[in-house]
Amino acid sequence: MSLTLEQVQRIAHLARIEVSESEALTTQVHLNGIFELIEQMQAVDTRGVEPMAHAQDLSQRLRDDAVSETDRRAAFQAVAPETEAGLYLVPKVIE
Amino acid sequence: MIHKSLKQLSQALAAKEISSLELSTLFLDRIERLNPEINAFVTVDREKSLQMARAADARIAAGSAGPLTGIPIAQKDIFCAEGWTTTCGSKMLANFVSPYDATVIEKMHRDAGMVSLGKTNMDEFAMGSSNETSYFGPVKNPWDRSRVPGGSSGGSAAAVAARLAPAATGTDTGGSIRQPAALCNLTGLKPTYGVISRYGMIAFASSLDQGGPMAASAEDCALLLNTMVGFDPRDSTSLDRPVEDYTRELDATAGDKPLAGLRIGLPKEFFGAGCDAAVMAAVQEAIAEYRKLGASTVEVSLPNSHLSVPAYYVIAPAEASSNLSRFDGVRYGYRAPEYGNLDDMYMKTRAQGFGGEVKRRIMIGAYVLSHGYYDAYYLQAQRIRRLIANDFVEAFKSCDVILGPTSPSTAFKLGEKAADPVQMYLSDIYTIAVNLAGLPGMSIPCGFASDLPVGLQLVGNYFDEARLLNVAHRYQLATDWHNRRPADIA
Repeated sequence: MSLTLEQVQRIAHLARIEVSESEALTTQVHLNGIFELIEQMQAVDTRGVEPMAHAQDLSQRLRDDAVSETDRRAAFQAVAPETEAGLYLVPKVIE
Repeated sequence: MIHKSLKQLSQALAAKEISSLELSTLFLDRIERLNPEINAFVTVDREKSLQMARAADARIAAGSAGPLTGIPIAQKDIFCAEGWTTTCGSKMLANFVSPYDATVIEKMHRDAGMVSLGKTNMDEFAMGSSNETSYFGPVKNPWDRSRVPGGSSGGSAAAVAARLAPAATGTDTGGSIRQPAALCNLTGLKPTYGVISRYGMIAFASSLDQGGPMAASAEDCALLLNTMVGFDPRDSTSLDRPVEDYTRELDATAGDKPLAGLRIGLPKEFFGAGCDAAVMAAVQEAIAEYRKLGASTVEVSLPNSHLSVPAYYVIAPAEASSNLSRFDGVRYGYRAPEYGNLDDMYMKTRAQGFGGEVKRRIMIGAYVLSHGYYDAYYLQAQRIRRLIANDFVEAFKSCDVILGPTSPSTAFKLGEKAADPVQMYLSDIYTIAVNLAGLPGMSIPCGFASDLPVGLQLVGNYFDEARLLNVAHRYQLATDWHNRRPADIA
């Protein structure tokens, strides 16, 4: 497998990372090197093997639907790039 | 004083031979003097540290001190600590002052009364094996300043090796505690997945990430582990288990064969080609020492271990691409100064805020999770993960611990592997399988090759940390590798 420049740009967009044309070339070389390593997996017959998502076979715990935390909105918003009246500000998305 | 073990420091504090304020000042002065060269710490706040030391002294005076009250510790900058800048080695979080404490921080600082000396440098978002991906510059290995300390917990390792701190915390996703411990002549432990809470530990690959202690000896690590573990309802993968004392086996009196009956498994795949001869020679000497201590050895096989690096570089990036989607310039961290619409803001913020290695891994993750590739890559990697975990289950039927090298080489030169990601990834070839299986693993000092430290890896069965620590401790009672220090660290 070898990624084309167009695929690299598509992946970068999926990842929401802007990549310039020259960066895309270097990224292409690096990613293809990494995928060459990853391709070793394809030779392995894994039919019938249950995928392992996690180190411990546990089901997710449930907790009571009760308030457990205090309101710390001011402290959490103090570290945001831009807020106003308790809201996070972003560029306009709805006309 | 700076070379004393945590137990000795604890006794000195209890006997009022030294106050926590004096002890903390001693280490803070060393940091001030030596850190500009080593670059182990990214944040130091003397006043905050001294305030914690004074509070610890008050606890000691009031007779309410625990075993580690007043002992200074360096915290890897992946752990959120309230009021402390918490960067995770990234420009993305360069100005992020955490509004809350990670559970590990809460346990060590608030409950145990330890004193934070500051936050240690690390590979950006823990992605790296040399500490060279840090936004704050590389860390120098105190044993040879032209070499890397390993990574990602490279700052923590260098801090302890240079005795800028008596101990430190680390995190280990694919070897990030064990490999830097090996390269800096330390003892480091990655516990069983789920034993230490991940709450407030900035996520890289959530099914693999696990915090742990880094210190001079197994005994120090056992004391630290006692303070770090415990069920935490705020971490959905935290395990609710009975509390253990991890030092319980260490003080038992034993004859000259303290490990009689112990079966050590030697995976043939870890003793083949691919490991430096001088590293292997030190490991073989350690095996001979273990036989002297009464242990027997048995050959075991981990036939799928060669697939651990490929499977890891699908699973870890997949989880990272999901975890790091939170860095979007909206709620915290960096935001690009100029942008057009919302999408452009995300794209520019992430392009400018993340470094090269982090971007690569996010992109690999985005690709292997995307439509049409999920089965071939992500599910295949998870199936191989199962095969690797099953290999360990099989191996532990004929042995109690597994032993081998931690890293295939000693510390490499700064810049040596920085240009080739794949070469860098392969430096974790012996450690990654342990994370995939979720088992506990340690690295302990076992000698030198061309004056550079060599690490011995010990892997235990699930929840067998107490035995693992004892196996390391008995070796350290019989050898002095773990007490060696760089020549100019007096």
